[in-house]
Amino acid sequence: MRIAIPDSAAPAESPSEQASRSEIVRRFLQGDLVSLRVIFAIALIWLVFELQNDRFLSATNLTNLFLQITPVGLISVGVVLALLLGEIDLSIGAVSGLAAAVMAVLNVQHGWDPALAIVAGVLTGAAIGLGQGLLFTRFRIPSFVVTLAGLLAWQGALLQVLGKTGTVNLTNSSVVNLANTFYSDTVGWIIAAVAIGVYALVTLGGHWRRVRTGVTTEPLGLLILRVAVFAAVGIVAIVIFNSDRGLPLAVLILLGFVIGFQLLTTRTTFGRHLFAAGGSAEAARRAGIRVDGMRVFAFALCSSMAAVGGIMAASRLLAVNQSSGGSDLLLLAIAGPVIAGTSLFGGRGSVWSALLGAIVIGSISNGMDLLALESSVKFMVTGGVLLVAVVVDAVARMHRQAEGRV
Amino acid sequence: MSDNGAVLSMKGISKRFGPVQALDEVDFTVGAGEVVGLVGDNGAGKSTLVKAIAGIYSIDAGEFSFEGRPVSIKGPNSATALGIATVYQDLALCDNLDVVANLFLGREVIAAGPGRLARILDETTMERRSHELLEQLSVTIPSVRSEVGTLSGGQRQQVAVARSLLGEPKLVMLDEPTAALGVPQTKQVLGLIKRLRERELGVIVVSHNLANVFEVCDRIFVLRLGRRAGDFDADETTEEQIVGAITGAEFGNGNGNGNGGPKGESA
Repeated sequence: MRIAIPDSAAPAESPSEQASRSEIVRRFLQGDLVSLRVIFAIALIWLVFELQNDRFLSATNLTNLFLQITPVGLISVGVVLALLLGEIDLSIGAVSGLAAAVMAVLNVQHGWDPALAIVAGVLTGAAIGLGQGLLFTRFRIPSFVVTLAGLLAWQGALLQVLGKTGTVNLTNSSVVNLANTFYSDTVGWIIAAVAIGVYALVTLGGHWRRVRTGVTTEPLGLLILRVAVFAAVGIVAIVIFNSDRGLPLAVLILLGFVIGFQLLTTRTTFGRHLFAAGGSAEAARRAGIRVDGMRVFAFALCSSMAAVGGIMAASRLLAVNQSSGGSDLLLLAIAGPVIAGTSLFGGRGSVWSALLGAIVIGSISNGMDLLALESSVKFMVTGGVLLVAVVVDAVARMHRQAEGRV
Repeated sequence: MSDNGAVLSMKGISKRFGPVQALDEVDFTVGAGEVVGLVGDNGAGKSTLVKAIAGIYSIDAGEFSFEGRPVSIKGPNSATALGIATVYQDLALCDNLDVVANLFLGREVIAAGPGRLARILDETTMERRSHELLEQLSVTIPSVRSEVGTLSGGQRQQVAVARSLLGEPKLVMLDEPTAALGVPQTKQVLGLIKRLRERELGVIVVSHNLANVFEVCDRIFVLRLGRRAGDFDADETTEEQIVGAITGAEFGNGNGNGNGGPKGESA
């Protein structure tokens, strides 16, 4: 039975459009426009380093910067999935090293086809994530503890797989090419043109579909601005890459995974349920979502991405050794998304934050290397940046809570 | 009320928790387009009755019939499949998701075409249907794309009720829908309950607030110590009679109502 209340929703919409300016300020304070904040931060960091050393913004250095952040960015993409659930995976560093070692040993010592060896490495990661996810959901052990045990165990497994020599040098060209392929100028332009075209089509097509259905939509001007910004970033990036060695395959792989997982988390039922389970596991369960199954799957994806990142790191280093996946890799891979606005408490964040966070951390590290600072200073500065980001996030949360939001 | 036109009718429902007889031979009926207030003191058995209907508790004895057919409710899913929707007091909404996402949580509309395999969301359809639903129910919220965490308590309650309607239920149970709400918000929620009645749904409202119960309910069913302490026509009853039935004091004064008066419980 329909009770016709004509236009009762229409008046509710126009005031919200009028209030859009104060709405933007409010959302900025509450951390909803966190990507914008991070992009400002990146611009500031780049400006500071460029003023200190004018090689920082050179094409060569920027290309190096993006090659440096690729492994940690790939790992962070997986970390975001765990963070969105309000969980954490501390084993990603060790898993990335182990998966790379499995790939290297199969390829170099057992003569496996490089593609098969890479798949085996990624499957190693997936199996580990599956196991850890099952342990954590079946026995209700905090993911923190399960993956902490994993951190130790998989480090041991890495040493075991590498054997007595403790290092495996990569010689196969296919594996090495992952991180060392650069496309020609023409290919770079074609890729950029296709990407810009697809983005414009999807954005404007979605707009027209919404207009036709009669539901709210963002103003057309804003969408066109967004497409223009996307195109400008793409064109500038290709100009920079082309004036050095060309568009790197590694960067393309990173962007591919970021876009893929961004779509998975925002456009599919799985992503919707991931956010729901991270926001309120009880509400998700009552809505009929199999929360435990989601957790296991998310952990399997997280470890798989750690494996992908580890293989990329190995390809860049041309070797896997006992310190692969060790050092500060784990912490940087978690710090990146958090710096760029993904909450540690679940339900808030995006896969973009993996990329943006990796750029922030990578820029600081790269810039300080250019300035030839001591590693003591580097660690302290990186720690400081993480702290500032977390404080900013906490302030945003307080603003939200002041309005009764969680 | 007779069983004719009844959405749900229950006979001789009993439920025991260890030494406690939570429900003792309760007969209970809800008709289509009827709002029944379920009242009683703490521990009177209201929650047990609601949970028995929702399939969360299995009953020890008694018969259910739904739309005239005898049924057994074996669990929450079987209750949902029959067409029984329950809105619990804690609402179970995801504060980090917007209204559309919450309304369709667990029953998202999947886009047609090649996106089916990847289970890609059809946001446009969900948003349009959300608009339609909220419009029909005269629910006013700033935007269907606002995060539920930003909404007021009354708006959240209305979203939770609207969500329960997406499954096309025949019977909606509301657990303390106006608790912790301000006066204008309470008014909105009560208005929404009246619109549920206009949709020919059976509605059960569990509430401690007798003023609200009298405002929206057609019939008031009083439980006391697990037994039926009265079944009153709201128009022909005073608040004192209900309080009397709830507390067990002044029992018998409410006997002159159209439903044949309370039986089974003596003061």
